[in-house]
Amino acid sequence: MADIELLPHNVPSQSELPELVEELTTLNLGPTHPATHGIFQNILKMDGEKIVSGEQTIGYIHRAFEKIAERRPFYQITTLTDRMNYCSSPINNMGWHMTVEKLLGIEVPKRAQYIRVIMMELARITDHIICNSILGVDTGAFTGFLYVMQKREEVYEIYEEVCGARLTTNMGRVGGMERDLSSTAIRKINEFIKSFPPVLRELEKLLNRNRIFMDRTINVGPISAERALSYGFTGPNLRAAGVDYDVRVMNPYSSYQDFDFEVPIGQSGDTFDRYMVRNEEMWQSLKIVEQAINNLPEGPYYADAPEFYLPPKQEVYKNMEALIYHFKIVMGEIDAPAGEVYHAVEGGNGELGFYLISDGGRAPYRLHFRRPSFIYYQAYPEMCKGSSLSDAILTMSSLNVIAGELDA
Amino acid sequence: MLTNQEVAEGLLEKFGDQVFDFEEPYGLLTLSSTREEILPLLEYLRDHKTWQVIFLTDITGVQYPDNKGQEFVVVYHLHSFVHNFRIRIKVALSEADIHIPTATGLFASANWMERETFDFFGILFDGHPNLRRILNIEEMDYHPMRKEYPLEDATREDKIDALFGR
Repeated sequence: MADIELLPHNVPSQSELPELVEELTTLNLGPTHPATHGIFQNILKMDGEKIVSGEQTIGYIHRAFEKIAERRPFYQITTLTDRMNYCSSPINNMGWHMTVEKLLGIEVPKRAQYIRVIMMELARITDHIICNSILGVDTGAFTGFLYVMQKREEVYEIYEEVCGARLTTNMGRVGGMERDLSSTAIRKINEFIKSFPPVLRELEKLLNRNRIFMDRTINVGPISAERALSYGFTGPNLRAAGVDYDVRVMNPYSSYQDFDFEVPIGQSGDTFDRYMVRNEEMWQSLKIVEQAINNLPEGPYYADAPEFYLPPKQEVYKNMEALIYHFKIVMGEIDAPAGEVYHAVEGGNGELGFYLISDGGRAPYRLHFRRPSFIYYQAYPEMCKGSSLSDAILTMSSLNVIAGELDA
Repeated sequence: MLTNQEVAEGLLEKFGDQVFDFEEPYGLLTLSSTREEILPLLEYLRDHKTWQVIFLTDITGVQYPDNKGQEFVVVYHLHSFVHNFRIRIKVALSEADIHIPTATGLFASANWMERETFDFFGILFDGHPNLRRILNIEEMDYHPMRKEYPLEDATREDKIDALFGR
């Protein structure tokens, strides 16, 4: 052993040390951070890796939809609803159409109702695909995400076939659908029903019983059923906490009572349960789509409401009455009856409500959107308190907060 | 199955003339109350043994500028999951005295709903733990959903109200 001369050094005694000052770190998570999946900021107070408290700043993409809606004819508001939960815009569109139909007292034919159910359930699948596969990405499994995105692409192709658009769909009209399901659309839907299960099973194989995934998600960001109810949770996040509230079952709209499906619930309301509930909901949605496409009733795809439903274009060229209605509807010159409606649908994230007050004019007097993400996101600081930063990111990811819906 | 009639009678018995203007637009029981009675009313509905109206669906505001003395209305939507029963409660406020007690003590979800209502209508929820703007920037000095702020650019002459039915 070589001779190493240890240099003398003085270890200061405890009293000589400068006093250690403990302080909390402030961490800005967002507004533009890849892990927040949208533009919103969390100002976290951190004690080392642990989150002591958090405060959210939201409103970065607030577009004043409620104000804009007060100047628009009813049919032009559909485009605003697209941009709320843009992962499942058809649900928002249909929810809005149904609200207006409720106000006007229009009964939509069965065929249109079934087509709507198909589109809404496909939208729910795309919504949950994103949430679950991104949760995989946040835990470090990127492959699954890219794999299931192909399937979302196929659903978008179905949207394209049904309404011409992909993301902001503006699908359907007040009174029904704008066109019937084409044979191509039916073929694509049937193909999707066949090709989706193997892909979803593969995603399940990748994550459901994956040790790393389970360790990262079980007991992360839990919320009790009682707190979840107090915080106004709805949808998969509430069901993960063990409350089986589903608008489709409790207040069936658009013929949901005709279909046989189950409402999956979790127990502990943690990230894993939220993942599992969404996963099972995709199977149930697929089941509903299958039932609806197999039992698609014959008949018209729009209601007999000429004052509100645009006449077929060929008629407009040949028929005076159709031309008049066409003009009046497009110019927004049709008065709606006065009334006050609340209508809710089961959106991708929970109860999506439309509170509409009409004073008998051409535009709503007041329209308020009950946006599920806006209401449950306020529980986030409570859910991630005391957890580490990496767990907090998973909690946020599994809540599926969509910035467009959050800020409206 | 809870009926509107049953709840209306129960509330009339308990609160007397503090609940009024009963209506049923599209089957949803709607009633009005006063700001003094709103918290006891919400608490009574929430803690009622059989009704169990435990879920606060929504809080929002509406403005009726021509209704002098009652320019603003705060609207509460509540839901009982056990009976699948929804109820809507309205409280009218005057612009000169635009205060109402907060419901945050009863429902945690009321926090942001009330902040949003404050942000857009300027309704002051007394006792709210953090009554700040939520969707708009903090520097904003007006409440944009009020009817006195028209959406369109006031200098434009081609967009007259008559064209939009207003």
